[in-house]
Parts: sequence; C-alpha cells; structure tokens
Amino acid sequence: MSAVAVDGVWKYYGDFPALRDIRLEAPPGSCLALIGRNGAGKTTLLRIIAGFSRPGKGQVRILGGSPRETATRRNVGFIGHGIAVYDELSALENLTLYAKLYGLENPRQAALEWLEHTGLERVKDGLVREFSRGMRQRLAVARAFLHNPSVLLLDEPFTALDDRAIAVLQRLLREGLGHGKTIVMSTHQLREALELASHVALLNRGQVAFHGPCTPEMVADPGLVYARYGEG
Amino acid sequence: MGFARQVFVIAAKDLRAEIRTKEAINASAAFALVILLLFSFAFDLDPDTNREIASGLLWLVFAFAGTLLLNRSFVRELPNDCLDALVAAPIPSSALFLGKSLANYVLLLAIEFLSLIVFGIFYNVRWTSQFAQLMLVLALGTWALTIMGTIFSALTVNIRLREVMLPILIYPFLVPALMSAIQLTLDLMAGKPIGPEKVAWLQMLLGFDVIYTAVTVFLVENVLVG
Amino acid sequence: MRNKIIYVLGTIAALIVARNVYVISGLPGEEAQGAIFKIIFFHVPLAITALTCGTVACAASILYLVKKELKYDAVAVAVTEVGLAFLAGNLITGSIWARIIWGVWWAWDVRLTSALVCWILYASYLMIRHAVEEPTQRANLAAVVSIFAFIDVPIVYLSIRLFRTQHPGPVFFSSTGSFPHDWSMIMMWNLFAMFMLGSVLIMIRLRQEETQRELDSLRRLAHAF
Repeated sequence: MSAVAVDGVWKYYGDFPALRDIRLEAPPGSCLALIGRNGAGKTTLLRIIAGFSRPGKGQVRILGGSPRETATRRNVGFIGHGIAVYDELSALENLTLYAKLYGLENPRQAALEWLEHTGLERVKDGLVREFSRGMRQRLAVARAFLHNPSVLLLDEPFTALDDRAIAVLQRLLREGLGHGKTIVMSTHQLREALELASHVALLNRGQVAFHGPCTPEMVADPGLVYARYGEG
Repeated sequence: MGFARQVFVIAAKDLRAEIRTKEAINASAAFALVILLLFSFAFDLDPDTNREIASGLLWLVFAFAGTLLLNRSFVRELPNDCLDALVAAPIPSSALFLGKSLANYVLLLAIEFLSLIVFGIFYNVRWTSQFAQLMLVLALGTWALTIMGTIFSALTVNIRLREVMLPILIYPFLVPALMSAIQLTLDLMAGKPIGPEKVAWLQMLLGFDVIYTAVTVFLVENVLVG
Repeated sequence: MRNKIIYVLGTIAALIVARNVYVISGLPGEEAQGAIFKIIFFHVPLAITALTCGTVACAASILYLVKKELKYDAVAVAVTEVGLAFLAGNLITGSIWARIIWGVWWAWDVRLTSALVCWILYASYLMIRHAVEEPTQRANLAAVVSIFAFIDVPIVYLSIRLFRTQHPGPVFFSSTGSFPHDWSMIMMWNLFAMFMLGSVLIMIRLRQEETQRELDSLRRLAHAF
C-alpha cells in the first residue's frame, strides 16, 4: 500500500482545470519531490493532499484513508508558507497547544522535548513575536514534527529558511526517512530537495510531465529533469 | 481527547492570545462607550425615556460592538497561516468553531457587562432589579450574536472587504434574535419580570439559538475546507 | 435550440400576462376598496413566485454542497436574482396599495416587514458573491449563506408576526374569504404567468452565468501560461 496515493485528481477554478488527472504514489519511507514552475499546481496539489481543499474529481489516500479523516490527520505533518504558530504566545505555549490538539499523552513534555531538538529550550517562555526569523522557522519545524507524523507534507520547505534552520530540517527529514516516514515536498530548491528525494515528479501546467525515481545523475545535475521533460 | 476538551483548548488559546494583545476587546469596548455617549445626544434624557429606549439602545450597542470583536475571530488566524494548522489538526471543524465561539462569547459578555455598568451610570437607569432574568436574556441573545458572528467571520476570512461584509451580512440574519432580545429586555429594564405574554419571545430566542447552532455546526466543515 | 425555447416561452408568458391584464381591467371594483384592489392579482403571485425562488435556491445550494458541480451554483444565483426582482415587485405593489388604502407608503406590518427583511437577506447573499473572486470558493460560501437565509425566512416571519400585525388576512383559497371563485381563477392564471415569466428570466440568467464561467476560464487559461 502506498503511503500517499493521488488517484486521478482534478482541481477546477470555475471551469478552468488547475490540476488535470494527477496520478502519483509515494511508497512508505520514500521522499517525493514535486518540482515545476510557479503556477504549475504544486501548492494546489499539496493542499489537496493535506485536505485543505477538496479535489473536483478523483481522490487522495493517505495511509489508506481520506485526508480529512481524524485518524489520517493525526499521522500527517504539514509545513506551509507560514510558520503556523501564534506571535502572541510563547514557544512553549504554542507547542503545548498543538500537542494537546494532537491528543498527545503528555503535551508539555512533548513540547519541551521538541524545543530541545530544535535548540529553542533556552527561549521557551519568550513570545514568538520577539523571535528572530530563524528561531521562528525552527519553531515551525518543531510544530510540524511534534506529533511524530508518519507522513510529512512540505510546501517549499527550504525557501524562507536560514542556514541553521535548513540544517535542522534536513537532519530531521533524514532521520524521519530512516524511521520509515514518507515525505512529499514541493520545491524550487532542487539541490537541497534532490539530495533527500527518492522520487521526483515534475508538474507542468497542472499535469504530471514526469514521475519516477530520483537517479544519481539528477542529483549531480538538478536541471536535468527540466531539460529532459521540458516546460512543454 | 474528548470533544468538550478540544473546544476548551481552542477557546483557552483564543482567550489567552486576546488577553495578551487586547486588540479586539479594546476596540470593541471603546466603540461601545462611544456609541453610548453619542446616543445620549439623540434623546432627551429623562428617566422615563431612558427606561423606554434602554433595551433597544443596549442591544444595538451590543450588536455594533460585537461585530468589531467577532470579526477578529478568524482574522486572528491569518498571520503566519495558523488557520491551516488548526484545520489540519485532528479535531472536528465543529470543535474548532465552537471553541472560537466560546471565546468570543466570554469576551462579548465582558463587553456587555461593561456597557451595562456605564449605561446605568450615564443614563441613571437601575438595570439590576431583575438581575437573574436579565442574565438569562443576555446569555441567550449574546449566544445568537456570537454564533452568527463567528460563522460569518469564518465565511468572510478570505474575502475582500471582510470588515465591511461582516456587519452587512449578520444584521439581517439577526433580526429575529435581536427583536426577541429587545422585547424581553424592555420589561426587565422597567423592573418587571418576564410575563406570560413574553414567553413566546423567549421561545423564539431559544429556538434561534438552537437552530443556528445546529446548522452552523453541521455546515462549518464546508466553510473551512473549500 | 435553447434560444428558441426561451423565445417561445417568453412569448407565451407575455401573451398570458397581456390576456390577464385585459381580464383584470374588465373586472368591477371591489366594494370597499375600488379599483386599487386589483393590484392583489399581481401582488400575491409575485410573492408566491419569490418564495418559490427562495426554496429552489436553497435546494440548489444544498445540491451544490453535496455534488460540488458549478451548474447548481448557477441555478442558485439565477433563481435568487430573479426571486429578488419579484420580491421587489411585491414590495412596490404592496406599497402602492398601502398608500391608497392605509394612506402611507410603508407600514411596519408583519408581511411587509418580513418581505423587506427577506429582501435584504438575499441581497446580502448577492453581496458576498461579489466579494469572492475564485468561482469554486464563491459557490461554496454562497451556498452556505443561501441555506442560512432560507432557514431565517420562517423565523423572521414568526418573529415579526409576534411583533405586530396590520396586514389584511388571506382573502382567497380559504373558506371564509369573500373572494369569488372566478376571481380565484384569474389569480391562478396570473400566478401561472408569473411562474412562466420567472422561468424565462432564470433561463436567460443561467445562460449568462454559463457564458461568464466560460469567459473566466478562458481568461485564466490565457493568463496561466
């Protein structure tokens, strides 16, 4: 069974199909990199996989369930464009809140552990508003990993990050892959992404132009996929 | 985690964030005071008139100040895309919605108490003589305001002109609830308890609350997940 | 083909309205009210048509939420707009009648006030549509508002009836009314005419919606790549 299966998904804006018959699969423990130009539909697709919007046609299965099922949501972590933590709350309060919402046994304990993992334990009681950009981003990463999700959906995860946050995220993602987590990420940062990716899918004008394993030659020359399967 | 606890966690989060920033509550309270002041210029202030206009005036103040407060409810989630994280969390949309409603309810009731106290002083009306029944009407009427305001806050959170849209949308919907609340408060302000001829209004208000709570809880998933 | 249906139905509707106007103008005035009484032959069918429109809009909105097909959204908006026009007609005829019989343009009585509140309710439905750009999101939010509005209609009516009543009670279709049988027939004919007229307008409006949607998607297509 695939960890993430996208089966014939169409998404319409009015009558305009923004996504056309998308079929993708990510087996457990794999890392799928969605690449493509701006406007190709990467974010739209990722938001459908995450259950934020419904497909017009077709369906998405995550670990065999639909994205909006409670059991599925408990196993999915999402990092989008925003950091998704509250500026008015402290780092600890933010993580404790999400730990509670995810029904963790010991919310405070889990929150403290993740603050330590991301090097934020020293500032746990500081309001997020006062954090530097890098600290905010690490907190966002902690927020997404807190409930130990088995599927991670990342929308342009490396774009806004500073070096330290990229290092933290890459380490966590590697560890996660080692533990059999599945990752689907959309990205422009081909080099960072392809180092992790086991599979690549190129989206072009709302369609899958290429979907296959990530080969060593792709990692060596990240432009290769674009060059070979083109922009159409 | 049980449903009630999820509702409570969301409500506690909203209240904590609001009490730290006081953005919505300050704006709403200030607005309530300003309207109370302005209304005093609109009427001749003698005790009889004051008692007659008290009910309508108060509920209009609650409704106006309420929209300022309620509007912020989902807008609060926009910076940093927090709404995504809440929608993604494994709690039912209805728990998210009721949690936010509960927080708004508490805040709005606080504003209403403040308005009542200020009203009592400025307009020299003794509003405490039927305290228990007034609380009942306040509780029911405020819930109607809250539930409609919160669902429309969710509806308008991603659209243009949301600050303008919210009041335009909710006041027509609230006509039956506001009318009932005003009718019931009318006698209470005059020091009379709710008589048998007013029971129908109480039923109306209760009915409005029950029906719209049920319908919004049922439809909120559709509002949050497009 | 659809054009022809619209033309044919439109013509039939116009003919029936013309015939009804002729018949109604030939009727004698009512004892108490005189000629102005005849406005009821339009006033009531307009209200019934508007109410039907609200019901259909609610059904279409529910269907949209279940099936997520934009054609239901198109039906909902077309029906709501036409319903609003008919309700406006109802309010205006009522107001004219009130001016002559009651001596005021507007009285805050049950049905007048309910009709006005309903008009504003559905107008706010159109306003929220204007504020949302993306068609799928617009359809989704508008459907929810339409359902809320439909639920509010009876509540508004009941609450305002509790408040006050001044409006003349129903005078036909009930055993106590003083409405002669053949006048009821005229009323039915005019109701039929209003339904026809409404249907034609809805069909025209639906076609506009479809064209608009096609234009939107073409524009997106042109801008997307």
